[in-house]
Amino acid sequence: MTRTTSRVSAMHGILDRPVNRTGRILLLAATLLLLLGGTLPLWRISLVAPQYAEGLTLDMYAYQIVAGNKGQDLAEINTLNHYIGMKPIAQADFLEMKVLPFAIGIFALLALRSVVIGRIVTLVDLSVLFLYFGVFSLGSFAYRLYTYGHQLDPRAPMKIAPFMPVVMGSQQIANFVQTSLPLAGTICMTAFLVLLIAALVSSIRQARREVL
Amino acid sequence: MSKHFPLFVGASLAVALLATAGCNPPGARAAVAGDSSAAAKSYVPPGEKDEFYLFYSGGHSGQVYVAGLPSMRHISTIPVFAPYPATGYGFDQESKQMMGRFTWGDVHHPGLSQRGGKYDGRWLFVNDNANNRIARIDLRDFKTRQILGPIPNSSGNHGSSFVTENSEYVLVASRFSVPLPKGRYADPSAYKTEFNGMVSGIKVDPANGTMSVGWQVLTPPFNWDLGSTGKGPSSGWAFWTSYNSEMAHETLEANSTQGERDYAAIVNWRAAEQAVKEGKATMLDGVPVLDPAKVAGVIYFLPVPKSPHGIDTDPSGRWIAASGKLQPVTSVFDFEKIQKAIAAKAFDGDVRGIPVIKYEAVIEGEIPVGLGPLHTQYDGKGNAYTSLYVESAVAKWTLPPWNDEQKKNLNAVVTDKIPVHFNIGHLVVGGSDTKEPYGKYLVAMNKLSKGRHISVGPSQPESSQLIDISGQKMAMLYEAYTEPEPHFAQILKADAIAPIEVYPKAENQHPKAAWDASQTGVTRTGNKVEVKMVAIRSRFLPDKIEVKAGDEVTIHVTNVEQTTDMIHGLGIIEHDMNVVVDPGETKTVKFVAGKPGVYPFYCTNFCSALHQEMQGYLAVKP
Repeated sequence: MTRTTSRVSAMHGILDRPVNRTGRILLLAATLLLLLGGTLPLWRISLVAPQYAEGLTLDMYAYQIVAGNKGQDLAEINTLNHYIGMKPIAQADFLEMKVLPFAIGIFALLALRSVVIGRIVTLVDLSVLFLYFGVFSLGSFAYRLYTYGHQLDPRAPMKIAPFMPVVMGSQQIANFVQTSLPLAGTICMTAFLVLLIAALVSSIRQARREVL
Repeated sequence: MSKHFPLFVGASLAVALLATAGCNPPGARAAVAGDSSAAAKSYVPPGEKDEFYLFYSGGHSGQVYVAGLPSMRHISTIPVFAPYPATGYGFDQESKQMMGRFTWGDVHHPGLSQRGGKYDGRWLFVNDNANNRIARIDLRDFKTRQILGPIPNSSGNHGSSFVTENSEYVLVASRFSVPLPKGRYADPSAYKTEFNGMVSGIKVDPANGTMSVGWQVLTPPFNWDLGSTGKGPSSGWAFWTSYNSEMAHETLEANSTQGERDYAAIVNWRAAEQAVKEGKATMLDGVPVLDPAKVAGVIYFLPVPKSPHGIDTDPSGRWIAASGKLQPVTSVFDFEKIQKAIAAKAFDGDVRGIPVIKYEAVIEGEIPVGLGPLHTQYDGKGNAYTSLYVESAVAKWTLPPWNDEQKKNLNAVVTDKIPVHFNIGHLVVGGSDTKEPYGKYLVAMNKLSKGRHISVGPSQPESSQLIDISGQKMAMLYEAYTEPEPHFAQILKADAIAPIEVYPKAENQHPKAAWDASQTGVTRTGNKVEVKMVAIRSRFLPDKIEVKAGDEVTIHVTNVEQTTDMIHGLGIIEHDMNVVVDPGETKTVKFVAGKPGVYPFYCTNFCSALHQEMQGYLAVKP
């Protein structure tokens, strides 16, 4: 009983300790990467077919969709999709693109707070929240793709079975090879989480040394 | 006499007959079969691209053909002077207005725009020998963008399109003289006194290529034939050959070939431009015209061997080769000597006030190239190539300066000869008319293809032959056929231009363009019906147009696609109407709705899987 209590209080002791110097540096770098990631493309969806050998591409950013060929690829993808009755892809429909920049701002502010006055517990909070945010965003992205692939107009000229566009990797859809892969923005976001955990580990190790 | 004698004689005769039956008459040469190892040199595998563009003039087809080199594959046709349903040219209002009242033209000599004596890849100018016009094709989109003419005071626009070093002008000379101004009657028997020829400077706006008639120089009624522009030492000058300096007006075949020499014109176009600026011109049919009898220094005559055809300036600008088609020589003139002769007034009198330069003072040599020499092209390595019409061959010879031995025997400067099939007219070496020819290939454009292809009946195509000129000896690589009738051609390096393949939406300035359903519609004003229409895979918006019989219908159709090769057509049944609209383009067609009835319209240019379904109805009420 006492042993457990002492363990918990030791953990609390550690959680209450401030983020160490290495942790703060890592955290600052992580914040910069997070902000950079917010400006870079997160995900690329590309479609390649014999007559589209150079591929049609859509780059998903936190705040916008950038289509290849000076934006024309979006119109082209929508024109092609109308044959199977898929709803036109429009940036305005992506609520995520309004929420994501705000969320990134919040995370950056929280991370900066931890750089200045952070305790280890704030890093735990930040890590858990960001992990949740990442998984939720990816899930939401997958659900969007699912919706596009499943809400097909029954009056479309070409009837195809509802399908799940691939979230990561490649698959054949009719004459197209659809590929979906993370880009630099996602790597920055992942790096944010990795550095955050590194800061956490480093701070905990130092705190343990000091407490013991 | 043996009774077997008749039998013996008969047998001998039979043997003799058999022996000769397979023989060709003396001189016959078996059609030269190509060396199949040459195939690799012109082979462009599927998926790979040619190194050069070849812009053929389409002759009396009125069009320009685009082929690739070295494959010689025909890639596209650019309609210029004649309707071309394949691209809807001549059906929409814009191209109809450009073509004016004519439905054909005779394209002879394409000329690429230049800057600093090199191709700049902006425009291709082509002439219309028949209706005295000149057209500009924009190489940004390979479309005819302007047709100028009929040019006032100019008849038979054969002597063009010769582009000056910086595309200041496209120079034009008249093949047929007529009483001037045009529209005036005079009996052809009064040819010498009442008829005149003309050299014209067609000014080119450097910003956008817009052509206008700058000035003209009046000439005697010789038939101006072909020309070229100067560069380097001959910068600011231009040259034309003529036939019929006899000024005959009937049976020219005999009457114009009596003199041993005809005149070439040596024109100082910069001096002409200056004289016009100084107010030395008189207006004739709205154009400032210089009379060389009154304005000295603008034009000189140079005697050249009888009935010459081509006169071609070499890449250095110093040597000018003129070929007399009825004499087996090509005459090479030295422009430096021409300038000295003009300065020293080394003249043999004058013709109507135009000084005639002494032939002996300026000739560098008469090269015995072969029979019926016509045109000369250059590879930029000191070699010249002359087409031999009568001989059906191309002669390769060395440009001056020559050593003493060569001068003594000019046969020695002819270094190679290759047969072509048959009766070659023009030939082209890439960039021959610039300071830096590409060399590498020569295309021989032959007037007769008889027997070279599987038979297609009496209407015969023309033959073009690709010759490798990269080595000492010319080598025949390939042979292709074209519709009648390429005259001259131009070769342009493929990477010298980057044509657009889609008209960007942002660039569309058409006031009646419609980009989505909300912008489409049908409006009526009196008996005029105006339709704003969208064409998109795979529908027309609107796809029902209701009019009354006799209505004047205007349709503005916008192809809203922004992807390469997504071209839509609009063909209207029984209304003689087919317009083809490129991605991002809006075209306007106008027609009178026919008798009551329902007339389907449909997409004529295969666009997509549901192309067949892309249709609608023009419903004409009584």
